[in-house]
Amino acid sequence: MNRELDSIDRAILNRYQGGFPICERPYQAAAEIIGISESELIRRLERMLEQKQLSRFGPMYHAERLGGGLSLCAMRIPEEQYDQVTEQVNAFPEVAHNYARDHAFNMWFVLATETPERIGSVLEEIERRTGFRVYNMPKLQEFFIGLKFEV
Amino acid sequence: MTETQSTTLDDLDRRIIVATQSGLPLVPEPFAAISTQVGSTSEEVMRRFQRMLENGIIRRIGAVPNHYTLGFKGNGMTVWDIPDDKIGHYGKLIGNLDFVSHAYQRPRHQPEWNYNLFAMVHGKDRQEVEQKVEKIAELLGDDNRGHEILYSSRILKKTGLRLVSDK
Repeated sequence: MNRELDSIDRAILNRYQGGFPICERPYQAAAEIIGISESELIRRLERMLEQKQLSRFGPMYHAERLGGGLSLCAMRIPEEQYDQVTEQVNAFPEVAHNYARDHAFNMWFVLATETPERIGSVLEEIERRTGFRVYNMPKLQEFFIGLKFEV
Repeated sequence: MTETQSTTLDDLDRRIIVATQSGLPLVPEPFAAISTQVGSTSEEVMRRFQRMLENGIIRRIGAVPNHYTLGFKGNGMTVWDIPDDKIGHYGKLIGNLDFVSHAYQRPRHQPEWNYNLFAMVHGKDRQEVEQKVEKIAELLGDDNRGHEILYSSRILKKTGLRLVSDK
């Protein structure tokens, strides 16, 4: 059973969803602002990561600016072929996440490729192998994405 | 505005990204620890971090909360059909709501798919998600030509997004 977040955990989360300092002892600098010790901050972060209250602690990279391709794709798969198509789609190493959703468009996955040009050819290959159309829905515009998640 | 812009990264940048894409070392001197791993100095690693933060390669450094384990069990991908010429205005408005974590414009695929705005809405349960979706609908008024909430029913695959190959 996970330990609930206490007020110090919440202070850490609300203060440091961004803006973590870049210096030799950043945990110490951040801990001072929260009013705890460096080792306690590290211990609390370790625990929240272990309990999966945090999915990560560190730099969040802007995937599109690293030179690779990234896209969200959707498919409409009949129920009786769903498991088989799931297996075929998941077999592609370029498929990073894949979610079943309650909708006629019932399969949603993220494609990540080494180059932007590869997205198109991987899509075609998925269509060829599964026999179903892949709807490519790349990000056209991003509207920020705050550091505003209050706990 | 598409986001295909990429800034030139050299070998050291790439090694730093590979070493930190799943997180910063939880040790008192994390940049020194990274520098040992990538064969550089902590000063140089910090300089690279600073530069990547300034040019937007790094969006931010800090905690990435897990909505689900923090009690937000109702997470809906909401999709909206709004006039293309108003998407910039509404996208910013919706993206700034405190219960929306991401908002993007994506292409329509008519006639099967008419939605052009995606927003992830988080709530304690589905009922709360639906209340929040109503708030968005009110904001859009007559410019809302249709919307739906797509809940995820199953994770079929989840691997870490490998941003940069380590080969």
